[in-house]
Amino acid sequence: MTEDMVDLVVTSAPHVRKKIKTSQIMRDVLIALVPATVGGLYFFGTGHTLGVIIVAVLSTILAEYLGNLIFRKKSTLWDFSSGVTGLLLALVLPPGSPYWMVVIGAFSAIFIGKIIFGGIGSNPFNPALVGRAVLMVSWPTFMTMWLKPFYWKIGSQSLDAITSATPLNIVKLQSYSALIQQFGSKIALYKVLFIGNVGGCIGETSALLLLIGGIYLLVKKVIDWRIPFTYIISVFVFSFIFGRDPLFSILAGGLFLGAFFMATDYSSSPVMPKGKIIFGIFVGFLTVIIRQFSPYPEGVMFSILLGNAFVPYFDKLRPHVYGVFAKRGGKA
Amino acid sequence: MKLFTYSPGGTEIEEEKWTKDKPFVKLPPPSIAVIPLSQHTGAPNVPAVKIGDHVKIGMVIGSTSAPVSAPVHASVSGDVIAIEDRLCPAGNKIQSIIIKNDFKEEEAEFEHVDSIENFTPEELIKKIRDAGIVGLGGAAFPTSIKLSPPKNKVIETVIGNGAECEAYLTTDYRVMIEFPDEIINGILIELKILNAKRGIIAVEDNKTDAADLLAKKIAERNLEDKIEVVLLKTKYPQGGEKQLIKAVLGREVPSGGLPLDVGTVVQNVGTLKAISEAIFYGKPLIERGITISGTAIKNPGNYIVRIGTQVSEIIDKVGGLNKKLRKLVFGGPMTGVAQSSLEVPVLKGTSGILFFGEESLEMAPEEESPCIRCASCVDSCPIGLLPVFLDHAYRRNDMKLAESLYAVDCIECGACSFVCPAKRHLTENIKKAKQSILKQRKIEAAKQAAFEKLKQKRLQEAKEKEAKK
Repeated sequence: MTEDMVDLVVTSAPHVRKKIKTSQIMRDVLIALVPATVGGLYFFGTGHTLGVIIVAVLSTILAEYLGNLIFRKKSTLWDFSSGVTGLLLALVLPPGSPYWMVVIGAFSAIFIGKIIFGGIGSNPFNPALVGRAVLMVSWPTFMTMWLKPFYWKIGSQSLDAITSATPLNIVKLQSYSALIQQFGSKIALYKVLFIGNVGGCIGETSALLLLIGGIYLLVKKVIDWRIPFTYIISVFVFSFIFGRDPLFSILAGGLFLGAFFMATDYSSSPVMPKGKIIFGIFVGFLTVIIRQFSPYPEGVMFSILLGNAFVPYFDKLRPHVYGVFAKRGGKA
Repeated sequence: MKLFTYSPGGTEIEEEKWTKDKPFVKLPPPSIAVIPLSQHTGAPNVPAVKIGDHVKIGMVIGSTSAPVSAPVHASVSGDVIAIEDRLCPAGNKIQSIIIKNDFKEEEAEFEHVDSIENFTPEELIKKIRDAGIVGLGGAAFPTSIKLSPPKNKVIETVIGNGAECEAYLTTDYRVMIEFPDEIINGILIELKILNAKRGIIAVEDNKTDAADLLAKKIAERNLEDKIEVVLLKTKYPQGGEKQLIKAVLGREVPSGGLPLDVGTVVQNVGTLKAISEAIFYGKPLIERGITISGTAIKNPGNYIVRIGTQVSEIIDKVGGLNKKLRKLVFGGPMTGVAQSSLEVPVLKGTSGILFFGEESLEMAPEEESPCIRCASCVDSCPIGLLPVFLDHAYRRNDMKLAESLYAVDCIECGACSFVCPAKRHLTENIKKAKQSILKQRKIEAAKQAAFEKLKQKRLQEAKEKEAKK
């Protein structure tokens, strides 16, 4: 045996790692968002809507690049997390958002939502929702201008003709019965909400397509079932308690997008199994409270952001440690 | 058949058990045997031979009267050429007896026994101690001590550990396939020593043939009322002592306690075989089964290797390397120790030696990326610890926080590092935190003891003064 056959490196155990990388997880999230994105383009056209998506994604990537430069961090472009933020932001914007506003939203998401806290993994709030919140409070008119699906087929250019209120808007401004009247029957309303042929943000309208993406993430074990499941169930139950139609409440608005893709954001959600369950219930409760009592028709965004703020507390619910038995009055 | 397992935690690992179907092959004895005097957890031995002494196979060459210890024996016949400190697999230097093999294979006399009926538990324990038996699963705890629980502890169950949850390693599997009767004998001996009623042999369900064979042998010998075979779910670290006890008995060993606190003793199947051979043939622990595997070795397989054989000799004897060796690991890939030299000897606790080429650097990348808080590590921890927060605590050098997060309860199984998508060195950092805390505790205890001593002295002086008045 010759000397040059041996050149030993010494590292600490384990000497084998699972073949999974941060970039793969982010890629899986992007794949899971494909159905909802394609759905959005189908309902709201490949013109301006596609532009919003492209501008959002490119702006977040640019913002991440600049952030890395300014804060002299190692490049995090290739973990694709900024792309995920960009796409998520686009999907929660109205289809008719002006490009300049999208750019501001994207920079807010990355800078205020992520970079200043230390970048990927350190953001206490969901970056995409931070971006949306900034736009929501700054340009409420643009953020509540809802294009009708297939608006280009209407044949009119007037804003009144091609826009409409979202179902939750109608419930807030008029009443639930008025909404049912508009759609004919409850079943017809559920069907429209499930398929997504209704006004709303680019990617939030179709519960079906979001569910497909969510199931993909669950199967791929990218997300844990606890947050989306408890969030949706919680909205269902609290809606029922407050006298709202529970099924309508979980299908309408951005709940599925929020439950599967926003509330499950690793950095801004609890890591403990028990914490995840309580987080889901808490956020669901807040969503219903906002929908019921605030001037906002939809509460998914603010409820998740509020829930994010409580994550350090939910993370105190640590699991049982093997062989450590809680003493009365002692630390468990 | 019911599958036993523990929860929560654990992970699935790629098994890569290439050597599963390779029967044990006896490796020729080495030309030089390097036998460290401390190959176990406990007090080191002192040399029982001098340079120039002639030794026979099986002769005691190092022993001590300290209770927690196990003597070491010559694994070859020949002359003692040196007694010096040598690099050992754990990375430290240990005083070792170096024997030059004369290849005459002279054996010391071993006492054969046909039945254990006429022996008292104390006599059996003495035989086990004299044979130098330690746990062969890796921890190398002296078996005689494990089998001598305090009088107030009642042991109900003896568990034979045939889980072998590490990747690559197949020694336990081969022992179960090739020496089922010895394993059963080992259980019977332990039941007698401990006055326990029930023996359980636990095997992961990726080795059902071994479980079936053991069950068949137990049935043939009409021992079904004493020993049963249970199947475990294949999951890492199912073979960890604590996890195994939880899986099989549904009990948790208290933090800082031992299995005997929950009325059980866990013994690796290889150890059971060694116990059986020690009692019936008087054979000391001079050789053991080892899996030699990895991508860089030409002939992976299971080999019976003399204790003290150095890796450099093993490589030559099994047919050499097939590519540049970049990583040499003693033990399994999850918990094993990477070596810096080929001149390290096989010890009693060595269950496998893995040889890897350049690709090993890809298998466990050194470079970390930021933690994304995905919680994989929390879900994978079989103890219920929070590796992500322990890692943060270590990086901030906040040992108080690490202690409050139960760093010392970590079993260092490596599951958290394994599953981490950001390739953070979680296990390594928790291990370091744990060591630091334990060291601090030792210092505190010493301080306390010194203080108490001083206090006693002052009190005594005061009393004497009082008496003088």
